[in-house]
Amino acid sequence: MIYDTVIVGKGPAGVSAAIYLARANLRVLVIGKGYGALEGASVIENYYGFSEPIDARILHENGMKQAKRLGAEILEDEVIDISQNYEDGSFSVSTPNEKFLAKSVLLATGKARKNLKIPGFMDFLGKGISFCAICDGFFFKGKRIGVIGSGDYAAHEAQELVRFSKDITIFTNGKEAESDKFPPEVKFVKDKILKISGEDKVEKIETELNNYQIDGIFVAEGTAGAGDFALKLGIVTKDDNILVDSGYMTNIPGIFAAGDCIGGLLQIAKAVSDGANVSISIKSYLKNKNGKGK
Amino acid sequence: MIMAVIEITKQNYEKEVIESDKTVLLDFWAPWCAPCRAASPIVEELSNDESLNIKVCKVNVDDEPEIAYNYGIVSIPTFVVVKGGSMVAKKVGLQSLESLKELVGAE
Repeated sequence: MIYDTVIVGKGPAGVSAAIYLARANLRVLVIGKGYGALEGASVIENYYGFSEPIDARILHENGMKQAKRLGAEILEDEVIDISQNYEDGSFSVSTPNEKFLAKSVLLATGKARKNLKIPGFMDFLGKGISFCAICDGFFFKGKRIGVIGSGDYAAHEAQELVRFSKDITIFTNGKEAESDKFPPEVKFVKDKILKISGEDKVEKIETELNNYQIDGIFVAEGTAGAGDFALKLGIVTKDDNILVDSGYMTNIPGIFAAGDCIGGLLQIAKAVSDGANVSISIKSYLKNKNGKGK
Repeated sequence: MIMAVIEITKQNYEKEVIESDKTVLLDFWAPWCAPCRAASPIVEELSNDESLNIKVCKVNVDDEPEIAYNYGIVSIPTFVVVKGGSMVAKKVGLQSLESLKELVGAE
């Protein structure tokens, strides 16, 4: 079974696209946790058609009901990995427990990039701090690796990294480990990170209680966002936004992006508009790909 | 004329990179790295732009770990600009064509 489109993120951009694609009779799956930037807004009073302020949660729930009624599937879960299958160009979208096949993917996860607010973090990007275990684990064979994160996404990165080194420490940065999928050989440090330091590359993570000698740090805090997937798939970004063409397609054919992760106005109206527009492009992409239309 | 992207090995490194009279762009990559594969058409397009008057090269870090180590590569793709045998600029991560053009123009 292969979906026409798997949409990552169930905010207004993702769900709007799902509504249009489902109405076009395409097989659509939306995967996401929570409802993104809307969670920060309790009431919305600048969205067209509501004479009184509307509760953000109600707007979100109505959107999901609408998409479901029209035939879209919605899954409350976290996407930890997206990869392309080189034989046929299809995509695999993984959650901690399942894997879904798709002909196209829409990234609608909200703001693309999250840099950590830890002193030293920005200084060591590309000098021992990486966002991609599968790309850069190779450079830390047999070395001391730190993973910053605590959930399923961090566990997924740790699973990639144990192929390269057995010396892996998970820095949860003040949280409890929230996944049961961490490899058995990893160690945990649960106090807060104060600083990342070194000469010209990463050498040390300093926490509230101790200092740890570390050669490479992999960042996997929270859930993976569009920026993380962009790095792993090779999607071009600019100023921390996903770069798309006029049809909302990234440089990788079949992968589209919409909503806050492509930048511009961070508003529901714009996200909904992106969702409608990208659905038109996805439909025409699938039609050309299938050769005979749908 | 279409300029090919040159594969760098230990054997041709001195001649093609260090002794080059043109500015050299080194693309550090590996076959198992998806963003590196995505960079490939962008790097090729750059090599076809004659107006830039540069030499575009690729280094497979799997085959040439020593060259990668010498440039301090710990993340791929990484792009390095070499002028007169010395590294003058370095950028980590997949770049747009515009960003690579900017990088090779850097002093």
